[in-house]
Amino acid sequence: MNKRFKSLAATLSSVLLTLFGLTVLTFLIGRVMPVDPVIAAVGDNAPEDVILRVRTEMGLDQPIPVQFLHYLNQLIHGDFGMSVLTKNPVATDIVRFFPATFELATAALLLAALIGIPLGVWAAVRQGSLTDQAIRVVCLAGHSVPVFMLSLISLLIFYSWLDIAPGPGRQDIIFDGMIDTVTGILTIDTLIAGDFDAFRDALAHMAQPVIILAYFSMAYIARMTRAFMIDALKGEYVITARAKGLSLTTVIWGHAFPTVAVQLVTVIALTYAGLLEGAVVTETVFSWPGIGQYLTVSLMNADMNPVIGTTLLIGLIYVGLNLIADILYRVLDPRVQ
Amino acid sequence: MLVEIKNLHIGFESRTGFAPAVKGVSLTLGTEKLGIVGESGSGKSLTARALMKLLPKQTRIEADKLEFDGIDILSASEKQMRTIRGKRAGFILQDPKYSLNPVKTIGSQVAESWRAHKGGSKRAALEAAINLLEMVKIRDPRKVASAYPHEVSGGMGQRVMIAMMLAPDPELLIADEPTSALDATVQAEILRLIEELVSERGMGLLLISHDLPLVSHFCDRVAVMYSGRVMEELKASELLSAQHPYTRGLLNCMPSLIHPKERLPVLTRDPEWLK
Repeated sequence: MNKRFKSLAATLSSVLLTLFGLTVLTFLIGRVMPVDPVIAAVGDNAPEDVILRVRTEMGLDQPIPVQFLHYLNQLIHGDFGMSVLTKNPVATDIVRFFPATFELATAALLLAALIGIPLGVWAAVRQGSLTDQAIRVVCLAGHSVPVFMLSLISLLIFYSWLDIAPGPGRQDIIFDGMIDTVTGILTIDTLIAGDFDAFRDALAHMAQPVIILAYFSMAYIARMTRAFMIDALKGEYVITARAKGLSLTTVIWGHAFPTVAVQLVTVIALTYAGLLEGAVVTETVFSWPGIGQYLTVSLMNADMNPVIGTTLLIGLIYVGLNLIADILYRVLDPRVQ
Repeated sequence: MLVEIKNLHIGFESRTGFAPAVKGVSLTLGTEKLGIVGESGSGKSLTARALMKLLPKQTRIEADKLEFDGIDILSASEKQMRTIRGKRAGFILQDPKYSLNPVKTIGSQVAESWRAHKGGSKRAALEAAINLLEMVKIRDPRKVASAYPHEVSGGMGQRVMIAMMLAPDPELLIADEPTSALDATVQAEILRLIEELVSERGMGLLLISHDLPLVSHFCDRVAVMYSGRVMEELKASELLSAQHPYTRGLLNCMPSLIHPKERLPVLTRDPEWLK
């Protein structure tokens, strides 16, 4: 018990340290960037005295350590500053944009894992066979074709030519403003509202970006699963399991697979983090109003507060997912304790 | 006859060509204890694994006869093999550190072996597993059943392996160097346990080892293998006075505490033996 408490304390302190590093880093980004936050706020043509006043108001005339403490204090109170572009507090913007990314990323991850893991296991079991080669080619393609190209081709074929898929965006214009925002996750909100047409519409809009993102992640998950499983299948305990007279399915899924689960957790957590940080390109091509698009648009307009805010959020996601993976290790692998 | 092997050939197809590993082994085994000795790479383990059809797919196996209790192993389907593996023939591997699944409890692994062939509920299988652990003389079997393989010693792990392989009451036990990874004192205990259980149940035993004195004490008959062939087959009690030059060579290479040698002789190999 004591041991467990100690390892928990160690994990927590490393998390806190990482978070502190993250705040330092984002703070420095704000200082190092060749963007004057005052000019960004008041505009190029503002008179000198206004610029000076605003600089004092923003606390930018204070020494750097004081500014940093001030910044930390703001963060603790959930204050990420205002976005010049949207005229909203960054926190409000994030709450508005993040669910869209979350929805996309979660759906893509589920699809990618549900297909990628069995595919990887299958390829490992039939290592060297035609099936294995075919899976490898499919995965290689998923990894090497740029996402924006796949997205554009997909839009061209399914939206423009065949007209069987909806266009960019999260929902059809008819449903605009019809659905109350509860969770921000449109598929759930439409269900809460009991509007099944809107639900179907939301699903249809998700289909293309989700499938493309999932394909990309699936390629990675399948490749890693294959590698882990090939290793696991070489284990002596696999011979033992077969010598016990177990079926091949039990040997593969009941004996070899559980030993790679731990490694897979890391792969999946990192994939999920990658998806959650906003698939910038995909979101842009599909005009998906998510965190990736918010970040790019803000960056291009030198709107630094949203950039720092989303960077913090992404860092937080990575730390959080790593923590979850860490906890899952202990559950999945008795040797870790 | 429980096992009949006639002119068994095993080889591996590789990019650089065909590599033969077992070149015409013939053996028979009834309800007795047969030992196979020989240096590393002589094909002992391959022969045993071929009998259970546990070799990788790329392996080429040919034989005039490869039978388990009259069942032709070479033509047997995977489904048929599953009625032999575990159920009728148990297989004990060398090192429990690697041969037990690291992420499953000992109890669940033994119970699985029982349940695969005898059916019944999971709870009943676990109870049976605990009884089996007791049978292999594990003190506090209930506690061990809920432990993971990395939490027990090598000797204990090998007892677990034995319990697991004896769960479905097989007629044959193949033990592939079951004590090589264990301490000398534990080796004797494990062998005594195998001996007891095998005689008690009237099973056949195929013991693979490179420990000649051990085999000569323990088995009824011994086959000496070299380079994929059986050099000679003789009564175990006669092993230490064997006449074949290869067996003599092996015996000469053993260090002795009573008559220490300045320098151990190098094993000489005569190409004539392989003809």
